[in-house]
Amino acid sequence: MPRQLRLEFPSPDNLRLVLAGSWLLTDTPPFPGNIGQQLQTRSDIRKISFDGMAVTKWDTGLLTFLARVYQLAGEHRVAIDPDGLPDGVRRMMTLATAVPPKEDTGRHGEEAPMLERIGLVAQAMWRAAPEMLRFLGEVTLSLGRLFRGRAQFRRSDLLLVIEDVGPQALPIVALISFLVGLIVAYMGAVQLAQFGAQIYIANLVSLGMTREMGALMTGIIMAGRTGAAFAAQLGTMQVNEEIDAFRTLGFNPIDFLVLPRILALVLVMPLLVLYAGIVGITAGMFVSVTAFDIGTFEYYQQTVRSMEWTHIWVGVIKGTIYGMLIAFAGCLRGMQCGRSAQAVGEATTSAVVTGILFIVIAASLLTILFQQLGI
Amino acid sequence: MESTNVQRQTEPEAHITVQDLTMAYGDFVIQRDLNFSIRRGDIFIIMGGSGCGKSTLLRHLIGLKAPARGKVLYDGTSYWDAPPSEQERIKRGFGVSFQSGALWSSLTLAENVALPLGEYTDLGPAGIAEVVSLKLSLVGLAGFEEFYPSEISGGMQKRAALARAMALDPEILFFDEPSAGLDPISSRRLDELILELRDSLGTTIVAVTHELASIFTIGNNSVFLDAEKRTMIATGDPQVLRDTSPDPVVRSFLNRGEP
Repeated sequence: MPRQLRLEFPSPDNLRLVLAGSWLLTDTPPFPGNIGQQLQTRSDIRKISFDGMAVTKWDTGLLTFLARVYQLAGEHRVAIDPDGLPDGVRRMMTLATAVPPKEDTGRHGEEAPMLERIGLVAQAMWRAAPEMLRFLGEVTLSLGRLFRGRAQFRRSDLLLVIEDVGPQALPIVALISFLVGLIVAYMGAVQLAQFGAQIYIANLVSLGMTREMGALMTGIIMAGRTGAAFAAQLGTMQVNEEIDAFRTLGFNPIDFLVLPRILALVLVMPLLVLYAGIVGITAGMFVSVTAFDIGTFEYYQQTVRSMEWTHIWVGVIKGTIYGMLIAFAGCLRGMQCGRSAQAVGEATTSAVVTGILFIVIAASLLTILFQQLGI
Repeated sequence: MESTNVQRQTEPEAHITVQDLTMAYGDFVIQRDLNFSIRRGDIFIIMGGSGCGKSTLLRHLIGLKAPARGKVLYDGTSYWDAPPSEQERIKRGFGVSFQSGALWSSLTLAENVALPLGEYTDLGPAGIAEVVSLKLSLVGLAGFEEFYPSEISGGMQKRAALARAMALDPEILFFDEPSAGLDPISSRRLDELILELRDSLGTTIVAVTHELASIFTIGNNSVFLDAEKRTMIATGDPQVLRDTSPDPVVRSFLNRGEP
């Protein structure tokens, strides 16, 4: 039998709810409006009582209904007499109302107005700036200790990180650089072929890959691969209190965790950039030879002729700076991580976004700088 | 402020003194006006209901969080007013066993215990290995030297964390929820180990716990934090507090809710 509800007035000041049938969560009709109406119109009601003799089955469906009744009663200052409810229901309701809702938690369901939220976000960003500066300062001090040979970290940690960010990254760096080399060669070739100047593909690819694209693509790969990994590792250590354990034992977590990671990327990035350049040039050669009828040796000759040491140096310097920034962003977000799984996810995302942002800013600044210096 | 039942007659020197301590995260005050002292050789229990700030108090005591107001003194030296070198010296005397163990997950148990030894002692590799084996055998983990923390059970991780905390023979051992997640027998063995450490090495022990059995077995001094009033409502020997504390909240807590 479905749920049934009848309103009775055994005496003028007593509203009795007669419940019958099965009150289950699976078939919840909307809350009947007539209870509220009665309370609203008949101000002489002093008490709500129940008759639950005919309730056959009940679960949370009945309890949520009663919670609404209790709330209405509270709003209209009407007493509740739970005696007529089935025994289990009465006990559950006693349990639910035993601890009054906490008012001063400082959390309210409603959302702040738009302007206030914009303000809060702006304030949070403003507060984040000095935090980043402090971290930069700590890393600088730690580097100072490294040069004086007094930084506390284990050589084996450095080697492990180097293995992780270097050799392990070779396949993905090769794949991306090859494809980028392919794209640059093909795009250029189509234009150059109009003038019969296909041979200059070699110049375009070698200059593009060594000077700009090699460093940029490697930087972006490493931001996604290594920056994220750094943030996740340090963030999880933050959650497990491992970083607190370092602090209480008097180890500087910056020396111990951040320094080897930054060093590793700074050492490995130049090599990866050179590697990316070689792979990209090979891809250009592949396109020229197969699609544009240029001899392998001819392409090689043209590449050697167009190549200058400065291009290589510029690429390597850029790559090294990107590496430093990626490691910095990854470690910063990891060390700032909160104490939950959610926070680790946010730290990882933020590390990649910050890393790529840093790379793009640095790329623009460095390009302008090198242009101005005439390098 | 009540300081019930602190046995002032035979008072040994205060090892840790907390003066007018107020703890806050930003504007949100967690506990205010805490005043108590921990004597040398005490097993001091920080207790109170969930969310009252016990772990936060511990973070203040181990120098991880600066007080919003007030002082924490070790042998009369105020930690947060001391220069960094002095702070380092004070911290050297701490051993901390964190709630989750907080073993370094990229290192084996042996390396976890060895790391502080290598940094702060002049021992060679052989000497360190000896100490590591000894400390691990004290917590019943001999033979697990080459295991990584993720390869052993939660209870074993806690014991390994204790071995690391004891590595440098600290003057003060801090425990955050030592018996949480341990079965009753391991929990009792841990209690016995804590008592043994105090009796044989004279280590001062500070533990956050609400395990009543542990509180009465090991604790001889305590502070009770109340989440509602946001301050301490009792301090002293837990057994005495259980029977004679004038505060019904404290009596109820220590009698498992029975008044």
